[in-house]
Amino acid sequence: MPGANTYTQGPTFHEGGLNKLSTNDYLVLAGTFHGYVSISHLLPKTPSYANNSPKKSVHAITARLNPVKSNPDGRPLSNSSTIPGVPGGILTRPEPPSGLEVLESENFRLQCFNTLTGVKFLLFTDTTQTNVDVIIRRIYELYSDYVMKNPFYQLEMPIRCDMFDRKLLSHIREVNNR
Amino acid sequence: MSNHLPASGGNGSHGARAGDSGLRYPSNGKTIYHRPLNRTKTAELSKAAFAYLFAEMVSYAQRRVTGIQELEKRLNLQGHPIGLKLLDLLLFREPPRSQLRPLNIIALLHFIKINIWTHLFGRQADRLEKSSNPDTPDEFMIIDNEPLVNAYISVPKEMSQLNCAAFAAGIIEGVCDGAGFPARVTAHTVGDTAGGSNGSGSGGTGGTGAADGEMWPGRTVFLVKFQPEVLEREALIGNKS
Repeated sequence: MPGANTYTQGPTFHEGGLNKLSTNDYLVLAGTFHGYVSISHLLPKTPSYANNSPKKSVHAITARLNPVKSNPDGRPLSNSSTIPGVPGGILTRPEPPSGLEVLESENFRLQCFNTLTGVKFLLFTDTTQTNVDVIIRRIYELYSDYVMKNPFYQLEMPIRCDMFDRKLLSHIREVNNR
Repeated sequence: MSNHLPASGGNGSHGARAGDSGLRYPSNGKTIYHRPLNRTKTAELSKAAFAYLFAEMVSYAQRRVTGIQELEKRLNLQGHPIGLKLLDLLLFREPPRSQLRPLNIIALLHFIKINIWTHLFGRQADRLEKSSNPDTPDEFMIIDNEPLVNAYISVPKEMSQLNCAAFAAGIIEGVCDGAGFPARVTAHTVGDTAGGSNGSGSGGTGGTGAADGEMWPGRTVFLVKFQPEVLEREALIGNKS
């Protein structure tokens, strides 16, 4: 599974709300969540095959959700005209974001933002929080500016960038004060 | 460049005109040196593209050094040739009357603060100061509150000595060297220690509030230390006039 190990822990906020967790807890949570997302990738595929529904639509769905996997009965996916010009059903462009996006409980709401490269941003918010996707997009923006353009950041390593922490904190403050 | 045209060349046609050599000279006297290569409206480059390039430059330099000083030295060396060339280019773009290269230290520093900075970063440097310490009359400071080269860079704590604006310092050094004012230029971060207290404003600039070190965590001082012969010459010129 591409992107299965891209977990990094950003700064944590506990300004009157969630309890602070240890790094390990975050890793465990992230791992659990990734498991859920992987399962949710497979969900629409399994019942479709079981129901033996028309092949074409099945291909369309599986190609979108999981382009690397080939058809279990051995036929290459490119036979059906869903993804033309791709030998063996392997796409070269990144997998479009799919899978679990929002998880709601009575106490909180978990929003997941999946980037094209497979980085997942998880944001825990109050259930009444609005415009979560805007907030999380802005965080993604900050991440790509202050982490990815920082020569001292090493990929796959925990984020330790002062500037990112500062900008993220002021962004979150701004959101909380609205 | 347009001077190369023969005087009888009938320069009345609009736009470009073919010369004898087959080269085309613009009739308005503007050569390719007068405008940037990119033809966008503001002639600006992508900041993100620069940030990625610069990040790669830093990590390239970092892979080949053992210490912070060496890393700054490398960044400085990367900037130096840019400064040398930029001096010529920007002087060439000045109107013919003011194409003189700076002849004294203050004029040089002003040229850097205004022309070089505006060309590179789209704004002037924030302040210009002279060292108030009588022992070091050869030291001048160009202050930038948030250097563009450092816009996205957070230096890790174990390298807190490092300031990647050493690259910009190299550019300044190149300009000084090219103008005949050999100098050593280094970049220093002065986050919380307000640098305003130890300098008297020179050349009519400076004199802004000193308590804004908190506001500009990335504030960088470019320390320009001229060679002794520059000071000597400056004193001679000063005495004559």
